[in-house]
Amino acid sequence: MANIFQIIIASIFVNNYVFARFLGICPLLGVSNKTETAAGMGVAVTFVITLASAITWVVHEFVLSQFGLEYLMTIVFILVIAALVQFVEMFLKKSSPGLYNALGVYLPLITTNCVVLGVAILNITSEYNFIEMIVNALGSSIGFLIAIVFLAAIRERIDIADVPEVFKGFPISLVTVGLMSMAFMGFQGLV
Amino acid sequence: MGKILKNGILYDNTIFVQLIGLCAVLGVSTTATNGFFMSIAVIFVLTLSNVFISLFRNFTPDKIRIPIFIVIIATFVTLVDMLLNAFVPDVHAQLGVFIPLIVVNCLILARAESFASKNGVFPSIVDGIGMGLGYTLAIMSMAIVRELIGSGTLFGLQILPESYPGIGAFVSAPGSFIILGVLIAVFRWILTAIEAKRAKAPAEKMAQVPTDSVSA
Repeated sequence: MANIFQIIIASIFVNNYVFARFLGICPLLGVSNKTETAAGMGVAVTFVITLASAITWVVHEFVLSQFGLEYLMTIVFILVIAALVQFVEMFLKKSSPGLYNALGVYLPLITTNCVVLGVAILNITSEYNFIEMIVNALGSSIGFLIAIVFLAAIRERIDIADVPEVFKGFPISLVTVGLMSMAFMGFQGLV
Repeated sequence: MGKILKNGILYDNTIFVQLIGLCAVLGVSTTATNGFFMSIAVIFVLTLSNVFISLFRNFTPDKIRIPIFIVIIATFVTLVDMLLNAFVPDVHAQLGVFIPLIVVNCLILARAESFASKNGVFPSIVDGIGMGLGYTLAIMSMAIVRELIGSGTLFGLQILPESYPGIGAFVSAPGSFIILGVLIAVFRWILTAIEAKRAKAPAEKMAQVPTDSVSA
């Protein structure tokens, strides 16, 4: 139990995938103009990361490592994720159009979001068991959700501030992310 | 040819201008050695996947082109992963998860989609090398700033005097974001300066023409 709790705190705060591991920077900067869209992206990512981690873990455990095919991990995982995203999109379209309208636009973008593949691979290299893996996937996607929503809230304010011409847009956002990352470093002694 | 190269390195620089594929640049630019091997890996994958995507462009069904591109890219990423693991295991351990993550680096898929799938093999090779060099410029400038100021070394060699204490913030995560932000701003400033100069030059020429004709 203590171990599980440790993984939750570590994945949300201490080793936040955005601030400490530099994963998922493209969607973080690309979709953080408004708080609502940022929250939508964050929820979609949470959903996909958890599903994708579970499936890739099962594929690795029962297919790849059984037959000594670990070297195919990258190819197999990215195909699984791409197929999964496509499938989730079709499923949502049929079963819950409301949710599809809310998340639909973000889903195709998630295939090339490195957080998803990154979490899937790090689950394997950290040798987590099934429960630890699910907890880590949930924790890290909540970490991403927090990061993108916070950044969006800050950017809404930066938009009305007087920023030097060359810093407008991405550069000032990167500096902001740096300052947020510095704040998150405060959690470092926790685990 | 020269134009494609120049676009890749300067005007369409993937990191500084298009702002895609930033994750690895932030993550591995702690030392110049890491940056160097990362750019080699990216140039290798980008050029070879461009070649093959361009070769298959007439047989690739439009609807499933993205999965096909991803499989081609993933094949070369796996190759690079194995090569680095075999020849430079230390660097491979430090680059860690960022090597397999080249697959989802938007930069490579973006070149496949917007250039290689529409152009012949030779321009695609040049485009791959040009874009790769642009990436190298970005990651190396990051790595040199971070390693030199952060720990006073370059490629592991002591450059600044031994007594230099090193500024930890430059090597740590927050420093990485801030330095990249500042570098992008500097690059933009340089590009706008070049453009302003260019816009001025033809204007001066045009201004000269009427006076010449008058004097003639």
